[in-house]
Amino acid sequence: MAIEFTVNGRAVRVEAPGEMPVLWALRDILNLTGTKYGCGIGACGACTIHMDGKAVLGCVVQLREAAGKSITTIEGLDPEGNHPVQKAWAQLGVPQCGYCQAGQIMRAAALLAEKKNPTDAEIDEAMAGNICRCGCYQRIHAAVRLAATGV
Amino acid sequence: MTLQSFVALREGWTPGRAAAALSAAPTALTLSNVSRRSFLEILGLAGTFTVMAPLAAGAYEPYPTGGEAMPRGLVWDPKVFVSIAPDGTVTITAHRSEMGTGVRTSLPMVLADELGADWAKVKIVQAPGDEPTYGNQDTDGSRSMRHHIQTMRVMGAAVRTMLEQAAAKAWGVPPSQVEARVHVVVDKATGRQAGFGELAKAAMDLPVPPIEDLVLKPESAFRYIGKGNVPLYDMKAIVTGTAVYGSDVRRPGQLYAVVARPPVYGGRAKSWDAAAAKAVPGVVEVIEIPGTPEPAAFMPMGGVAVVGKTTWAAIQGREKLNVQWEDGPNASYDSAAYAKRMREIAAKPGKVVRDQGDAEAALAKAAKVYTAEYYQPHMAHASMETPHALAIVAGGRCECWAPAQSPYAVRTDLAKFLGLDPADVTVHVTLLGGGFGRKSKGDFALEAAYLSKAMGGAPVLLTWTREDDLRNSYYHTTSVERIEAGIDEKGKVVAWRHRSVAPTILSTFAPAEHQFAIELGMGLVDNPFDIPNLRCENGAIKNHVRIGWFRSVSNIPRAWAVQSFVCELAHELKRDHKELLLELLGPPRKIDPVAAGIEGELWNYGDPYAVYPIDTGRLRAVVELACEKAGWGRKMAPRTGLGLAVHRSFLTYVASVAEVAVGKDGTVTIPRIDTAVDCGYAANPERIRAQFEGAAVMGQTLCFHSAVTFENGRAQQSNYHDYEMVRMTNFPREVRVHIVPHPFSVPAAGVGEPGVPPIAPAIANAIFAATGKRIRDLPIDTRLLREA
Repeated sequence: MAIEFTVNGRAVRVEAPGEMPVLWALRDILNLTGTKYGCGIGACGACTIHMDGKAVLGCVVQLREAAGKSITTIEGLDPEGNHPVQKAWAQLGVPQCGYCQAGQIMRAAALLAEKKNPTDAEIDEAMAGNICRCGCYQRIHAAVRLAATGV
Repeated sequence: MTLQSFVALREGWTPGRAAAALSAAPTALTLSNVSRRSFLEILGLAGTFTVMAPLAAGAYEPYPTGGEAMPRGLVWDPKVFVSIAPDGTVTITAHRSEMGTGVRTSLPMVLADELGADWAKVKIVQAPGDEPTYGNQDTDGSRSMRHHIQTMRVMGAAVRTMLEQAAAKAWGVPPSQVEARVHVVVDKATGRQAGFGELAKAAMDLPVPPIEDLVLKPESAFRYIGKGNVPLYDMKAIVTGTAVYGSDVRRPGQLYAVVARPPVYGGRAKSWDAAAAKAVPGVVEVIEIPGTPEPAAFMPMGGVAVVGKTTWAAIQGREKLNVQWEDGPNASYDSAAYAKRMREIAAKPGKVVRDQGDAEAALAKAAKVYTAEYYQPHMAHASMETPHALAIVAGGRCECWAPAQSPYAVRTDLAKFLGLDPADVTVHVTLLGGGFGRKSKGDFALEAAYLSKAMGGAPVLLTWTREDDLRNSYYHTTSVERIEAGIDEKGKVVAWRHRSVAPTILSTFAPAEHQFAIELGMGLVDNPFDIPNLRCENGAIKNHVRIGWFRSVSNIPRAWAVQSFVCELAHELKRDHKELLLELLGPPRKIDPVAAGIEGELWNYGDPYAVYPIDTGRLRAVVELACEKAGWGRKMAPRTGLGLAVHRSFLTYVASVAEVAVGKDGTVTIPRIDTAVDCGYAANPERIRAQFEGAAVMGQTLCFHSAVTFENGRAQQSNYHDYEMVRMTNFPREVRVHIVPHPFSVPAAGVGEPGVPPIAPAIANAIFAATGKRIRDLPIDTRLLREA
């Protein structure tokens, strides 16, 4: 079936089964590979994207649920890397391998869009769905705080 | 199985390690291109050679490392690694793989600084798998900075010298009158300048000056080396989602594949329903991949592949295959039974792998013998990016893109597998979304190549799903470590016997039931303790899964056992843990076990003991530093405690002190970990800090969560819901990394792995301090820590 939605401000039309997770449509049909596969069961957060401004998991949300929605991926957050979260990530040297960071950044950006100045506990809770196997949590936490307070 | 035959068997990963193991005495190292004088001086032989080319004043004399003994060794030729464009852009080739250590930034940074380049004008290109050109590329064993920091500096200095020579020639002045500064060469007499770009052509046409003519910068002139002020080269690409990992390679007309692999090692597919899979929309083809008989090395396990127009279609198709498996000889593998068997073997004498004094006699007449046994299950790397590769096999050629730790091994394996000349195989190295040892094995690239060939040369991107990654890994070994200490009537430890039982990595390549030197050298036979009677034994046991190396390898179970045991002994002897640990380490001394005549299967991470001895002074110093920073001995609240562990691995000395708080329900939180690191010269302290912060988290994960268990030969875990990771809700809130400063003359040592081993024992020792409960089995079952 054909499903229409917008990605990073661009209208797209995807011919694919409605139950296909948005993750695979982004990666394999639209060639937007910034959104990563990590687990396929909504357990790691590597595929976090924004749908109508809310953080969702690309491996769980089906294509049919995206119909008519506005999706933002890491490529659309700020292609120059000037979003406060991206700037904080760079400033604190957060990434190691970097693979999970698109999901981490999208999750953090959604949190800060909702709550200007989250508490430590709120940061922990919001970011708990995003695994980093390199173990960058200390810097991720500090970078979310930095993005909230000003880079 | 000898090491020599292992070398012959596995041309690619371990020959260097094995060769260096064989030549634990540094005299066997070949030192092409390296100053003979420094080497001879280290051996104390310089005086016996009278004919020696005179060195320029202040000329650099490299110290020898195991780098030269690695396959295809080190390359010191700057024309291979550096080019300068007329606009001044300095392009530096990164030949090691980037999996999160920052090495793709750090090694070029060393070269750039020595060259005098402005980092803003540096471009980095990634080398394909090509060891005849670039030298060894096998990115494992925490070797990149250790083996290549000198080649990078020397090459940088060579290019700088060539630029100066070119400027001097152009201006008709003596070379001593010119000096390279930041991206320019200056005439000191007149002040005139020429940019690197202007001089590039003339400079690069000059012959490369020999090492003995090169004068390296004084450390005081470093702008990047040792500073930690250079951000990751790929930072912007990572934060904007444009960085290309193995999973992200896209070629016109590509197809996507997944493979159903045997759930039991050595099994094979008997039957499957190809029609049902092909009925799934988007599925293009179903292809059997032949298996490889055990030991499978890095060859494909075999199975049934589904190729589709999207990864999703391939995954959906695979679910319809309904494969019937023939399980083969490992179908009864059961982790609980295997652990029992390992314990039985550890209770009996094993093959003696190190013997000093008479441990048997000393144990027999000791006033007291204290014994404990430690267990650690299999683990999987679970890098965030699962194995992926894209291959195009067409027209007698193979082009492959892979997140490969050892791209040249992948290339030669591909050539062998496809029956091609290596010259017709190209392996491009993408970024790695984590490696941890899993991506040292190229099996996934071979699978992709097989499928591309079967699809008539279409580009095929192979994805391992997370389930595949956990069910068909090259697992970290499982082990039982049993230690007995004999204590005399004065309370002094006079005897030590350590038995290790664990399936060996060697079994992935050849039938083998004993661990080999590389594994024995990771925290067993290199025991640094000052105990007169010390014996290490290794019991035989057969593997039932593919065993592979996992970040820090056998150091994990060894540090877990030895560092927990010392804490137990301290309690038994009513001594302060740190005090007893320092007593066991003994007075500061540099141990060269070969020179000391210690008998055993010795291995020093492939590097010479003369350059990298076992230095108990440095072990003591990191213990003191970590304890000082952590406030060792301070009064702790109820159910909180501090725990200490120290371990030398990859030639680096690391001590960690963990602070824990144990809730009434057994939940363990970690407010702080202080890690003291002595890795020799710290070339990029900012990335070193990051590695040790991350290692604390990985150590915590394996301490509480990591276990792949087997029943009926099948892994019981399949994804992050049952193979859990530490998350943002329970990470160590503050990891403080304290790096021991050294000048460049203290050889750089490993950084990527050595942070992991001390963490689990430090945490367990802290839990003991907090609760009085001693946990000897990993992962820690926190239900045992509930308040009664």
